[in-house]
Amino acid sequence: MSVPPNFANTDTGSGSRQRLTEANNPSSKVLRLPQDQPLRLACDQLLAPISIAYETYGELNADKSNAILVCHALTGDQYVASEHPVTKKPGWWSTLVGPGKPVDTNRYFVICSNILGGCMGSTGPASIDPATGKPYGLNFPVITIGDMVNAQVRLIDHFGIDQLFSVVGGSMGGMQVLEWAASHSERVFSAVPIATAPRHSSQNIAFHEVGRQAVMADPDWCGGDYHSHGKVPRNGLSVARMAAHITYLSEDALHHKFGRNLQNRSQLTFSFNADFQVESYLRHQGSTFVDRFDANSYLYITRAMDYFDLGASRGDVLANAFRGTKTRFCVVSFTSDWLYPTRESRAIVHALNAVAANVSFVEIDSDKGHDAFLLKEPEFFATIHGFLSSAGVKRGLKV
Amino acid sequence: MQKALQYPGTSRVDHQLIAEMVEPGSRVLDVGCGDGALLQLLAETKNTDGRGVELSREKVNACVMRGLSVIQGDADRDLADYPDQAFDYAILSLTIQATRQPKTVLENLLRIGHRAIVSFPNFGHWRIRTELLFTGRMPRTRNLPEPWYTTADAHLCTIKDFVDLVALIDAEVEQAVAFNTSGQRLPIRKSISLQNLLGEKAVFLLRKRGAG
Repeated sequence: MSVPPNFANTDTGSGSRQRLTEANNPSSKVLRLPQDQPLRLACDQLLAPISIAYETYGELNADKSNAILVCHALTGDQYVASEHPVTKKPGWWSTLVGPGKPVDTNRYFVICSNILGGCMGSTGPASIDPATGKPYGLNFPVITIGDMVNAQVRLIDHFGIDQLFSVVGGSMGGMQVLEWAASHSERVFSAVPIATAPRHSSQNIAFHEVGRQAVMADPDWCGGDYHSHGKVPRNGLSVARMAAHITYLSEDALHHKFGRNLQNRSQLTFSFNADFQVESYLRHQGSTFVDRFDANSYLYITRAMDYFDLGASRGDVLANAFRGTKTRFCVVSFTSDWLYPTRESRAIVHALNAVAANVSFVEIDSDKGHDAFLLKEPEFFATIHGFLSSAGVKRGLKV
Repeated sequence: MQKALQYPGTSRVDHQLIAEMVEPGSRVLDVGCGDGALLQLLAETKNTDGRGVELSREKVNACVMRGLSVIQGDADRDLADYPDQAFDYAILSLTIQATRQPKTVLENLLRIGHRAIVSFPNFGHWRIRTELLFTGRMPRTRNLPEPWYTTADAHLCTIKDFVDLVALIDAEVEQAVAFNTSGQRLPIRKSISLQNLLGEKAVFLLRKRGAG
């Protein structure tokens, strides 16, 4: 893999400009909710106006019964099955979503929106605050997974969809799926939470805190006001991404991919250069991430994940979140995922069993770690296809 | 909760009988559902709302790919999660002998389901009796081929033993059918002793005593 010699260079400008452009004028479709339609946030603040940037794939059928909402993870975006406007890479789940794919856009109408707090066109800390004419920065309120879902509800209302055929998502996307199923269960015919958890564990919060501290320790962060100073906390955000990226992989996956192989050299250099391939790989991950992601967004979204605890507001009994649910669930975990391990999925399944919900649960054998949910895993894909197809029959969708 | 026993060619007969016992449109939990054949049969012939629990990850995935609602789980560990009377029938097919706590599992089945359907290999069958009598060793038959030190069937019982357990947990037998080695139903209804002698396996329909 090609690696820039020095990931810690200063922002050259073009990446930064494009980020700000996408944050306020995205390449995708946008739903703009005016000042008089504010969103009441969990912190009790009203947020307005609001933009929700989204993409759709396939056709909504006449009775609006074939819509699938795909929820993206921490650093994802609305470009689930189409080219990313900044990186020009294929959609992040284009292996799973598309014509003839397990989430078949010939059959289903797929909606994917950038989350509230994101930086690809939905309202977030990089958006211009109409009150000041400058990016919100740290003036943006702290948001929750529930707030993200409430913004998505506005989008689904905009389409006039009473009930989504399915809500599908992995990792933080899976948290949104669970939030949908718990707080809007009558609007969710089926739900597919993948590689996720009913609440963020202490270890997960700990990793996020390391990432946030890395960003905030970067002098170029400027107390969150780096936009005004024409700077970007590249070093801090890169390090945050590098640390997080390790948690997305497994020891086996790292070992198989890199071992102790050296990067473009035959011997150790007795320096702190990236001697090892794994170092070079991580630096590359950090560097490319900074080109497409807003540092403050990273702080806000990781915070929202940390705050997620589905049972906490329901008497600390997770099953209460699902009482009376008619939603059909398919819970998926991966054997080597230590960030959202199988036991977290099992906790969801136990809660669903306790209310006799309709639930399937599969653990997929994979050595790819948490990242497995983004990769082409045949057993995983067959599971999604099988589950959605049978749910489609129950929903009365045409085959 | 491994399905250690294989009954070549006869499993369908077992399933056919269970399908006859189940009322149309009912809610069914199949514990140890294997590849989902029974759930599929019940869905197709009785329009049931079925769920399954299966220990083997591969079999669970195969079930979900086929559109069945099945979770990876364990009869000993996971039945406690389910609420009372959540299903019309809780089915345990050729699995109870491989559970760690058969009594607790059976009690859970009758708590979760209005009725329980349980099938098991009968250790009282005459061939097993004679083999033990003449060889003095743990019987190994076509259907119980594993030696005692590798089999998962730690809690084998006879039909009479099972009937005793049913009484012990305050349940009653609504229907008991025994099968011979060819997988045919024995035309014995009244005599438990004869079923116990001639039946190679049995299917019981149970309910809590006093329940409707």
